[in-house]
Order: sequence, then C-alpha cells, then structure tokens
Amino acid sequence: MSHPSQAANFLKDEKRAHWHDETLWFVREKRDIASKNIPEWEELRRLASGIKDHVLTKLDYYLEELEKKASENGIKVHWAKDAEEHNEIVLSILKEKKCKAIVKSKSILTEECHLNPFLEKHGVEVVDTDLGERIVQFLKQPPSHIVLPAIHLKKGDISEIFHEKLQTEKGNEDPVYLTHAARKHLRDKFMAAKVAITGVNFAIPETGEFVVCTNEGNADMGVHLADVHIACMGIEKIIPRRADLGIFLRLLARSATGQSITNYNSHFRSPAPGKEIHLILVDNGRTKQLKREKFRNSLKCIRCGACMNTCPIYRRSGGYSYGSTVPGPIGSILSPGIDVKKYSTLPFASTLCGSCSDVCPVKINIHEQLYEWRQEITKAQGWSAKGMSMKMANGIFTSPLAYKISGKLLRASLKNLPKSVIYNPLNAWGKNRDLPEVPKESFKEWYLKNRS
Amino acid sequence: MHLIRPYYLVQPRSTMEVALFIPCYIDQFYPDVAKATLELLEKLGCKVSYPMDQTCCGQPMANSGFERDTDGTTRQFIETFKDFDYIVAPSGSCVLHIKEHQPSLSDMDETQKKVQSKVFELSEFLTDILKVGTIEGSFPHKIGFHSSCHGQRGLRLSSSSELNEAPFSKAKELFAGIKDLELVELTRKDECCGFGGTFAVSEEALSVQMGKDRLSDHLAHQVEIICGGDTSCLMHLQGIAERNNKPVKFMHLAEILNQAIS
Repeated sequence: MSHPSQAANFLKDEKRAHWHDETLWFVREKRDIASKNIPEWEELRRLASGIKDHVLTKLDYYLEELEKKASENGIKVHWAKDAEEHNEIVLSILKEKKCKAIVKSKSILTEECHLNPFLEKHGVEVVDTDLGERIVQFLKQPPSHIVLPAIHLKKGDISEIFHEKLQTEKGNEDPVYLTHAARKHLRDKFMAAKVAITGVNFAIPETGEFVVCTNEGNADMGVHLADVHIACMGIEKIIPRRADLGIFLRLLARSATGQSITNYNSHFRSPAPGKEIHLILVDNGRTKQLKREKFRNSLKCIRCGACMNTCPIYRRSGGYSYGSTVPGPIGSILSPGIDVKKYSTLPFASTLCGSCSDVCPVKINIHEQLYEWRQEITKAQGWSAKGMSMKMANGIFTSPLAYKISGKLLRASLKNLPKSVIYNPLNAWGKNRDLPEVPKESFKEWYLKNRS
Repeated sequence: MHLIRPYYLVQPRSTMEVALFIPCYIDQFYPDVAKATLELLEKLGCKVSYPMDQTCCGQPMANSGFERDTDGTTRQFIETFKDFDYIVAPSGSCVLHIKEHQPSLSDMDETQKKVQSKVFELSEFLTDILKVGTIEGSFPHKIGFHSSCHGQRGLRLSSSSELNEAPFSKAKELFAGIKDLELVELTRKDECCGFGGTFAVSEEALSVQMGKDRLSDHLAHQVEIICGGDTSCLMHLQGIAERNNKPVKFMHLAEILNQAIS
C-alpha cells in the first residue's frame, strides 16, 4: 500500500476528485467563518492546547482518578492494553447479557480496534447508527473521514445503495426522502438492541463522567433504549475538570463542521436504576506514543477532522488513500507509531505546507511531526537508493568545486539531451510539467565575470 | 545604478555587510532572479557581496528524511556566511530550513545560532530590517501573488487564512506604493501549489493536480503575471502552465520590485 499510487488512482476521475476537493473545502470555509466569529479563538486554542499538554504529563494520575470517581458513580471501568483485549471485554459483556444484536454510534476507537468484524465473527449483529457510518457499513467499507464517514459518496451513490438495501425508489436522490428511509430502518434496530456502544469525546476525572458529542442524537437513542451502555475511549480523551469542557466544546464543532456546537452533548455519569454503564479505557499503542517525545503531543487530538478538510492532499486523494483508520495529516503522524513499515509513505504524503498545524484547535504541530517521522522512517528502513543519492548530494553540496562541476554538467545535459529523454515516462517531473529553460550560465558564473 | 534613498535609512546601509545567499536551483536555473535580488538590494543602498563558496542549504535532503546526512552541507553554509551582518535570500523555503531544520553542530553551537538569527528572506529583510515601507515606482500589470507555504506559515511573511488574526502581507506592503500594479484577490488565498520538494516527483499525480488547481485560480482572475517569493513554487506552476499552453508569465518578487523601482 503506497499513498502515491492510491492518490494517482483517486485522481484518475478528475471530475470526481475535483468535487471531493470542493466539498471538503466548503467545510473548511464554514469552519473559517465560525472560528472568526469568536474574537478569542486563538486564546481558546492556546488554552485547549495547554490543558491537553498538562493532561499528558499526568495521564496516569488522571486515569486513576477517573476510574475511582466513575466507579463511585456506579460505572464499571475496564482497562484494555490493546485492541484484542478491548474486543474481548466487549464480547464478554455481550455474552453475559446474551446479546446477539447491538447498536453502535460512531466511535473511531472501535474502528481502530476492528470491533465490527470481530463481533460479527462471533455471531453478533453490529449496526452503526450514524447515517454516514451506516451508509459505508452497507458497502462494507470503513469510514473515509473521521467526522464525515461517507463524504466520498454522492447523493446518487447513496440513492443506489438505499435502493438495494432499504428498497427505496430507484433514482430518488432526495436527501429528505433517503434520510427518512434510514431513520425508519434504524428505528427497528434501536428498539431491538439490548446493548448500545458509544465512543467518548471527553472523560472528566473530577466528576467521573464522560461526554459524547453527536449531531444526530443516535448515541442517546441507542443508550437510553438499551439496558447496557458500553463506552469505549482511548486513554488520551481526558480533560481534568467539567469547567474545561467550555473550551473544548466551543472548539470541537466549529473546527469540525463550522457549527457553533454539536447538537447533542450528552453527559453520562451513573447508570439509571436497573441499567449498566461500562467504560473501557484503551491503550493500544498510546503509551508508546506518549514515550516518544517528538510525537507525544499528537495525543492531544480531539478528532475534529479539521486537518483533513484543510489538507490539499487529503482533499485530492480521499480518505482511503491513507489505508489507516485515521486518515489525513493527523493519521499520518499517528499511524507510523502503530506500524512504521506499513505506514511508511504517509509522512511523505505532504508538502509540509503547515495548514494542518494552523487549523488544529489544540495546536498539534502536525507538519513538524510529519518532518520528524520522515527522519525516523528513513532510519528504520536503512539506506535505500534514494538515500544513496541523498548522501551523494550532501557530498556535492559540501564541496563548492563538486557543486560547480555537477551543476554545470546538469545544465549542459539538460540543454543537449533530446526532449524525449528528459520527458520519458520514468521522469516524474517531465510527465506533466515542462522543465525551466536552461540559462547559458549560472549566477555564480555571471557574478565571477561581471562583479569580482 | 546605485540609487540611495536616505529617507529609508534607519542605519547607514553602506556599512551593513549583506551576504547574498542564492539557493542552488536559482543559481543553476534562474540566475535572473539572483541578479534582480542583488541589484534591488544595491539600489536600496546595501553593500552586498556574494560569497563564492556557497552551495545548498540541505533542504532537499532533510525534507526527504535525511537531515542527519546534512552535517557537511550545514557546516559549509555556516563557514561561508558566519562573518556577515545579514544573510539575505530570495527564498522563504531555504531560509526556513536554515532557521529550523539544519542539524545542530555541537562544535559550532553559538556561531550556528548567530547565523540562524541573521538570515532573512528578501521581503522580510526589506520590511523588517531595512524598513523601506513601500517601494516607490511603477509596474503597470495585473499580478497574482502566490504565497509560498514555507514563507507564509513557516516564516509568517503573511497572515494565514486558518488563524483568527489581523490580515497582513510583507510582499503586499512592498507593492502598495507601486503605481498601476494591480494585485488580484485569489479565491483560495493561500492554498499550497503542490511543489513540496521531492513531493513533486514522489507524489507526481497529486503535485500536478494541486498545481493545476492553483493555476486555475490565478487564471480565473485574468492575471498577466504570477509572482511569488519562492522560485521553486513558480518553477512548478510555470512547468504546468507551459505544458498546457497557458498564457501567463512568472516573475519572482525581486524581479518585479527591481523593475518597478524608480
């Protein structure tokens, strides 16, 4: 899996790629307007970043506080060191409840742990209840974006899927009609499920509660109808106090979609009488990332997706080109920490333009971490052909004479070689771009002649 | 031609030792950009020299993941430039590299920090050090300005559309006094052109698509000339424009200022 080939593939349908770019740019622009309506926006970013930095320095303390307070509230807290443990915990709860069908509201963590295929293998029907998530689930695809899971699909595509799966009228692309069909379909699933799974946006050790932010209200409907609520969270989701939420909720929705706030920000503190809440705290590589000083603050991420919407690469290559659960710029700094070999092309899928860092509500220096991952990846890979030419380049640039000779040779060969050689298909520059006209002398030569 | 404008001066520029740092690809492919930079600085009263031992800053290697192999290049750079008051380059990208990504050489710690603190991209040298305000002159053309990402978000040469901050642009400040120069507002003010160094070849398809999109924005506003502070971005955009027979010219900021200045 390499990003360049996936991206080239995505770009083959130029019209559709253009549509994808425009669609996400529209979200980025909505975000710009929303963020500029708040004079203290940059101050909020600074505060959010500081709070998250603080949490990461005392994560062990806060996690234990959370466990203590949540347990006092009647929440059953579980610890999972990796995806396997997480999935086993979920399965054991379902087995205990003799539950064969569950509803789930969007949780990137359960995607990361590949919970759906695991549960399906064990005979459990999993229904994702966010509209976008349900659509990609029908296609047996993962989400292509962490906030807008079906953003790569057009109305027409969805109409076709619903016609096949929900027997809607063929060719009816009316979003209201399609949404009603999905709503009706999901209602039956909600009514039947004894267990509901949600993600967690923020967990608060001060009070032992956690907060789930959604727009469709599906998390709440699932949880309130079911007897058991299983909430799965990465251990980095902590904010110390309930008061801190004011900062994060203002940043989250504005950054994600340009809304001033998500429609439902639900606090879960203790189970209703006769019901259960389970909270699973998942590591799955996070403590390893915490140990890596240069990459630690990637754990500040609140999963708003703004870096994807702003990224000129993501917009033109689509979420699947990354081949990782979390795509886009943030995915490109998180994924190599999970598997440096598998995701080795991702940190290079960037021009280091820095838009991701400027858009990030918690001020993660994403593009600087992309640069740092490049250094780590070339080290991990050992020398490659590219490495050798780079080492040679250092030799050339170390010696003024070598530089002068090689520059002269380069210019001479560009001048004298036939165009068919310069623009052969192996020359990636010349495939779709002309080379600059070759001047008769370098600046250095001109300067020597005219100025010294 | 040496045009000294005393009212610009905050300190006698004739005593400032300004070294010209000309990035390797400008030296080899765009000597006119280097000449314009030299002439412009001289017209503004600086004593400029071009140290002959300079080569490259090491950015192409470092951005490809081989920063650790640029010790020699970095040492060469520091040795060449350490004795000047200022180092000025017509490239935001290379200046950013020197400031942020040249590997720290333990035996040159102080000297390296000093070099890093006195290297400037051309437009920031004109506005922040020479404090020229605006350049006076005439340039009757409609131009689109391409902000290079490393200049903009790296060196903060202009405000970034992602941030909630008062808009500013050092290049536009310099253009403001030039008569008949029409600067268009682009639809996407500061999107990347897709050059990205080795990205241009390792992610060829994406790079070209990004360039095409950037070019379309300028062309939709009927610009005659696309101007920028980084020749690398311009080289990429020009390569695409020429391949597709688009009638638009490309000029570096230094060339426009040098032509316009009266």
